[in-house]
Amino acid sequence: METPLFTYTLRLADTALILGHRLSEWVGHAPILEEDLAFGNMGLDLIGQARSLYTYAGEIEGLRRDEDALAYLRDAPAYRNLLLVEQPNGDFAATMIRQLLYAAFAHPYFGALSKSKDERLAAIAAKAVKEMAYHVRHVSEWTIRLGDGTDESHRRAQAALEELWPYTGEMFEVDRVERALIERGIAVDPATLRAIWDRTIDEVLEEATLTRPRDGFMQSGGRSGRHSEHLGFILADLQFLQRAYPGATW
Amino acid sequence: MYTQALNTRDQAAPSADSEQDARFQARVDAELKIEPNDWMPEAYRRTLTRQISQHAHSEIVGMLPEGNWITRAPTLKRKAALLAKVQDEGGHGLYLYSAAETLGTSREEMVDQLLSGKAKYSSIFNYPTLTWADIGIIGWLVDGAAIMNQIPLCRCSYGPYARAMIRICKEESFHQRQGYEIMLALCRGTPEQKQMAQEALNRWWWPVLMMFGPSDKDSQHTDTTTRWKIKRFTNDELRQKFVDATVPQGHYLGLTFPDPALRLNEKTGHWDYGEIDWSEFKRVIAGDGPCNRQRMKQRRAAHENGAWVREAALAYAEKRKARERAAYAEAAE
Ligand SMILES: [Fe+2]
Ligand SMILES: [Fe+2]
Repeated sequence: METPLFTYTLRLADTALILGHRLSEWVGHAPILEEDLAFGNMGLDLIGQARSLYTYAGEIEGLRRDEDALAYLRDAPAYRNLLLVEQPNGDFAATMIRQLLYAAFAHPYFGALSKSKDERLAAIAAKAVKEMAYHVRHVSEWTIRLGDGTDESHRRAQAALEELWPYTGEMFEVDRVERALIERGIAVDPATLRAIWDRTIDEVLEEATLTRPRDGFMQSGGRSGRHSEHLGFILADLQFLQRAYPGATW
Repeated sequence: MYTQALNTRDQAAPSADSEQDARFQARVDAELKIEPNDWMPEAYRRTLTRQISQHAHSEIVGMLPEGNWITRAPTLKRKAALLAKVQDEGGHGLYLYSAAETLGTSREEMVDQLLSGKAKYSSIFNYPTLTWADIGIIGWLVDGAAIMNQIPLCRCSYGPYARAMIRICKEESFHQRQGYEIMLALCRGTPEQKQMAQEALNRWWWPVLMMFGPSDKDSQHTDTTTRWKIKRFTNDELRQKFVDATVPQGHYLGLTFPDPALRLNEKTGHWDYGEIDWSEFKRVIAGDGPCNRQRMKQRRAAHENGAWVREAALAYAEKRKARERAAYAEAAE
């Protein structure tokens, strides 16, 4: 039986893992060596967050599933990550914009979650908030450089923004599962973060001379297991060894 | 090795008669460090630039075969460890480029030399990583071989290189232990995992031995670099040290080395090993290894696809400088 706390923790874990996995795809292929290292750092932060969250989710569930059972042995419909984070890396601008849209949300989110009545979530969030502060700083700097750099970089950054914008609405959605936890002081109400997110995004985009896209139809479904086509391919890579050699210890 | 450049002889032999040369050599003989602003023979500068940049290129190209498996690592712990390891290798590349830059060649020039094919990198990274066991093997053997070569380099006469090596060696030994631990898990695992480990050892063993460069009887190029205290052991000495350290580790894993001539020599106490296929080594160095083209293609693609990003960063930095100057001029009025 999935309890709300289990589902909630899993959503946070899946989002962190999938985004960390995406960033790790860049390592060795970045435009400059310093960014290979930065992608590695940010990827490690996210995978670290995912590991703590999976371990906790497994304990809540009480079925002896550890971090690897949860990450490697669930198929796409059981994954609960935001659609935003499974979107392909695209070019460097798309990766940076995706990271900006997420980090500008995750940073205040973990800040609020660090005051959760659930001590374990609060502790995990307290660590994550520091990491996400660095992500916001790093990707804001790059967004500004790209937006206010050359015509080409501006065009690419603006295109990435348009393409990814429809995935930002899902971050602020609340369903029944979360509503109950919000009322108990365990989960964070994302509505309380809207103004902070807007301000961060607006400030960065203004300095970057980029135009904030208009809010149109927002895609959602990731957190209840309805994903884009991309997740299946991520999991095919991620889970390959565990699926090919069931039960082996690595 | 990561520094197979040492096997290329510098064209200009150093003139041993000048007073500066003699003073330089005296410092080296006294085990004093040569620093970037000190006088040094041009051939010393060239040799070191070639060696350090080749070492840096090896770290960078070396990220590719291991990077292959980051997205497919079998557990989250292994995934994090591999990502951190590949990131460390990038960090090594960064320190080494900085060390080489102190000799007067810019990182851009060095990178261009790599991408144009003028500069070499270690032959080992032209072999493919086909299974997860290859990640264990690279840590255990490739990082292990690198350590054998690099520990003496921590005492290299050139200060910046020696200091970079001290920092790098610490991380390499961590990588080596981590790789061995992967092998241990495989060898204690299912029959399929054990077979994966054995098959990886079969493929990598000889190429790893080739990392130390040509046999001493075929390379007399070490005299100058030895006198300059860049190189302290010959290729065969380092190779033997590596074999002696590694063979018992492999036996502990329950693996068999793909060399029927391998046996402990009671008289010398060393492990004797069979003849290395030097034609394969020459072929891989010359560009016909299994992955030479692919590795260079990937490096060039990263560089070319990133050109617009580097241009944007530069353009932005210039705009900012111009704005700051304008603001300063306005304030001064
Ligand atoms: Fe390294
Ligand atoms: Fe290493």
